Amino acid sequence: MADINISERQAGDVTILDLDGKVTIGEGSVALRNAIRRLLGEGKNKILLNLGGVGYIDSSGIGELVSSFTAVNKEGGTLKLLNLTQKIQDLLAITKLLTVFDVYDSEADALASFS
Amino acid sequence: MIAAVCLDSKCPKPITYKEKLVSKTKELNLPSKIDSVDEAAIAADKFAREAGLGDEFIFAVDLAIRESVANAVKHGNKFDETKKVEVELSDSENGFEIRVRDHGPGFAPDEIPDPTNPENLLKTNGRGILFMRSFMDEVEWSNHSGGGMVVRMLKKH
Repeated sequence: MADINISERQAGDVTILDLDGKVTIGEGSVALRNAIRRLLGEGKNKILLNLGGVGYIDSSGIGELVSSFTAVNKEGGTLKLLNLTQKIQDLLAITKLLTVFDVYDSEADALASFS
Repeated sequence: MIAAVCLDSKCPKPITYKEKLVSKTKELNLPSKIDSVDEAAIAADKFAREAGLGDEFIFAVDLAIRESVANAVKHGNKFDETKKVEVELSDSENGFEIRVRDHGPGFAPDEIPDPTNPENLLKTNGRGILFMRSFMDEVEWSNHSGGGMVVRMLKKH
């Protein structure tokens, strides 16, 4: 079984990626990187990452979130995070990345913030 | 020490002080590849559950072992599969201890940049040691007499 499943939805000009599984060193991080690259290649640069189904993330996965964030910014876009589990929120707090990412608990609020 | 009187040759060996103190240990000898991170984490999870430890405790152990084995594979042994990553787990009265040895040239942990400094926030790596230190009670590195480095981590019960 794959470490992670990533499915894509569109809400207006915002692309929502629903992540389900683990974002860890190896397959999980690579899958996220590839998904973001593909979206940027298609000109989709307003991206909302729904992490509600991510039960586990390690430092490599956190690094991939940062890498995604900077890659999207470079293309003039915006990447935001939705539905962090408590564990992921704790890890982002430890790394002080909660000050970097725009984080939402409500999909409606997150989508509204893009406009 | 008081020796138990036992006339039967099948009598169990008396438990020594050391065996009582270090009740359980497990050793792994893993190749330097990314799959070894999962392998070590799965073994540690099983070992910790058998020791009766709870989910929060196991989350911390899991994160620490993943980060330390990943460091050993990537930075220590530089993915050279002829070099092994040696992992030792033990659970005792002192707590849950993890030792991970690589066969690399070593490094100075204090020279690793602080990933929480503003100028480092957008770096894509360098957070593993921060996680190890955040979730374990003791983390220390030493040079192994036979070469390579050992990181020893302890989480108290």
